[in-house]
Amino acid sequence: MDYSQFLAMKQEIGLLVVFLLIFLYDTFSTPKGSRHVPALSIVLMGILTIAGFCPHASATSEAFSGMYATSPVMGAIKNILNVGVLIIFIQAVKWANSEFVAIRRGEFYELILLTLFGMYLMISSRHFLMFIIGLETASLPLCALVAFDKNRYESHEAAIKYVLTAVFSSAILLMGLSFVYGLCGTLYYDGIASICRSEFGVMMAVALAFVMAGFGFKISLVPFHLWTADVYQGAPTPVTSYLSVISKGSAAFAFLVVLTQVFGSLYADAWEWMLYALIILTITVGNLFAMRQINMKRFLAFSSISQAGYIMLAIMGDNPMGWSALMFYILVYVFSNLAAFGVIGAIENATGRVEMTDYNGLYKTNPRLAFTMMLAMFSLAGIPPFAGFFSKFFVFTSALNGTGSAALYVLVLIALINTIISLYYYLLVVKAMFINDSENPVATFRSACSERVAMWVCVAGIIGLGIVSYVYNYLLNVVY
Amino acid sequence: MDITLIWYLVPALVMFCCGVYGFLTRRNMIAMLISLELMLNAVDINFVVFNRYLYPGSMEGWMFTLFGIAIAAAETALAIAIIINLFRVSKNIDVRDATHMKY
Repeated sequence: MDYSQFLAMKQEIGLLVVFLLIFLYDTFSTPKGSRHVPALSIVLMGILTIAGFCPHASATSEAFSGMYATSPVMGAIKNILNVGVLIIFIQAVKWANSEFVAIRRGEFYELILLTLFGMYLMISSRHFLMFIIGLETASLPLCALVAFDKNRYESHEAAIKYVLTAVFSSAILLMGLSFVYGLCGTLYYDGIASICRSEFGVMMAVALAFVMAGFGFKISLVPFHLWTADVYQGAPTPVTSYLSVISKGSAAFAFLVVLTQVFGSLYADAWEWMLYALIILTITVGNLFAMRQINMKRFLAFSSISQAGYIMLAIMGDNPMGWSALMFYILVYVFSNLAAFGVIGAIENATGRVEMTDYNGLYKTNPRLAFTMMLAMFSLAGIPPFAGFFSKFFVFTSALNGTGSAALYVLVLIALINTIISLYYYLLVVKAMFINDSENPVATFRSACSERVAMWVCVAGIIGLGIVSYVYNYLLNVVY
Repeated sequence: MDITLIWYLVPALVMFCCGVYGFLTRRNMIAMLISLELMLNAVDINFVVFNRYLYPGSMEGWMFTLFGIAIAAAETALAIAIIINLFRVSKNIDVRDATHMKY
């Protein structure tokens, strides 16, 4: 066996080393020493993130007889996920040191790193067996993380809902894959891609629909979104932010790879119209339900459902620009959503309040938090010059960049109208903070140092990505 | 009488549909978990049969089945652990009562 192929997996191996170091430290340290687990995780994750930006081999390199492949594009999306995880680690420090969590805070960091490893595999796999292993490694530890708050009933309820829907969706996905295997006789991406055009028929269409349904559960596309709001509300806030950003982003990228590189030749025959319907439903339903939410975490859950619809627009165009648009959208989404969750988490840690009415008059008592939240909402809604505007702009452009049929113009028009609708509920939060008066506002408090650092990073990202065009150019260069 | 591919595929499909039906109608979480197992096992049968009848030269389907069984076991273990935790908190594993969060 040629061991040099392991070099292709250097990002995965680096992540495993980080995981093992934290695991060993957490296992063998004294109770007093385990206070340093969060700091150690942040430092190691920071090193891993920086190491990820070191130049890679420019060409695609494979390992394990083509079951695993990595390329500059894969490296870029893994870097984006690394940045997101690093911010979540920084945000979670105060929560991890709180009374009930402190005794098992190591598990939080370890499980997060394990799921991240699964996502790496999912992104880089070139064979469906590898893909399924990655998918399960990514979703099973997440179920345990959702149930992390042992003393809160909601956490357990959310976990049971999540684990049952996750297994259900992966069973559907596996059923679709078994049909694909029966038709094509191979599970290699390239093998299926070369055969599936000639094997196209009813069975292939059903198999493809099953695969898309399985992915739809993971990315929470309507009509497979029913678990999302409950799980987001019940899970501890750092886990919610991880679910909404990293888990969703990696699944969206894997979906892009599977649809374009495996079933790419069936674009016009099968999946264009399935995806078309899914996108319209997802954006519209997500928006309409977001308007009537009063719990901030549920509100962001529905907002993230509609954002998933926008991410899918990048796949819709079926062209290389969609790849860079999707990665840029995920990157911007990481910063904007984590800024919002950072504020929610800080207020929840300090006062335990998560309702939207609790945010009334926040500007008068905590102007900086209100300002961060406002930037996050503007970015999510897509108001220029913040990053969210450009990510939406690129996604719309990429959807029209290929053939630009009339149907796609209608789709983009519907998405644009929905952007305006979404402005309403995002601004509701801003209005609550800046205009509404409250008899019992959140008291003035000073958030923990870690939370402030995370929020500063997110704000810098929201403003910076809107101004610095280098990042998008970099992603574009990586793809082409 | 020849036992052909279809004699295996139809039972597997029936098993899968039973699993879906059970998952959607059963109200006890353990029963829902059993339904999920039915679905996963139907997939395993599919893979083995496709491999045996259509592509006997390779072992891809069998390998996939082996991993599928392991993954199903992991999923069951995790789900049961979560159900036990829920039972400790609420003394009940009926999904109709796990409705603190809705809409």
